[in-house]
Amino acid sequence: MRRKMNSPIILLGSRLLSPYIMLFGIYVIAFGHYSPGGGFQGGALLAASVLLIRVSGGRLVSRLQISEFTLTPMAAIGVIIYFVTGAVAVMMGGYFLDYEMLPFPGMEPAMIRYYGILIIEVGIGLAVMAILIMMFDNMTRGEDYV
Amino acid sequence: MKAFRYIILFLFFGLLIYGTSDLPYRGDADSAMHQQRSTTNTPVAGSYFIQEAYNDAATPNMVTVVLGDYRSIDTFGEQVVIYTAGLIVLLLLRRERRKR
Repeated sequence: MRRKMNSPIILLGSRLLSPYIMLFGIYVIAFGHYSPGGGFQGGALLAASVLLIRVSGGRLVSRLQISEFTLTPMAAIGVIIYFVTGAVAVMMGGYFLDYEMLPFPGMEPAMIRYYGILIIEVGIGLAVMAILIMMFDNMTRGEDYV
Repeated sequence: MKAFRYIILFLFFGLLIYGTSDLPYRGDADSAMHQQRSTTNTPVAGSYFIQEAYNDAATPNMVTVVLGDYRSIDTFGEQVVIYTAGLIVLLLLRRERRKR
């Protein structure tokens, strides 16, 4: 049997640590252009910060942060961001995922490619984060992990 | 029988060490993979990516340009694979409340 343990010290420590992990995840996504990192790694870090609260706080606390209901739409939105970026380029007369054709007025083609890469990295990070949390929630469904 | 396994293991170890002895040195500009034309005199894609990655996308990190721009359809496939794995976990492990 699983021994239930409700310690405020563990919850306080993970509450202290979680925002910094989340900030570092956003940094890894946003600075993928300049340093090692990108959508997959940053999404895993964001999921780690949310799962820390889920493991230490239990279902009642973690429901306040991100509820299980919103995770499946978030994963779908992440895939849709990526696909729509490619489809808009097709509609503007380029190839699929050809970022030069994205409708950003008054910008050089190289900078449009820069922001196109940033948009798809955000989509990847959102999908990876939502899916990792969704797997955890489905595997611990039915037992309250406190 | 156990000695036989170790003999096979060390034979493979020797084979791998022998294979690495033929690799080019690190940073060797004359090795085949750093040439702009291949041995059959066709242009090599890697040298184009290294030379033109900053000019194409204004991004200093070459790996990001290859992952997000040149091979973006491959990355889209990876994301769909992860999404499909998440959906399969959702479908297999979801327990519905039994209504009586």
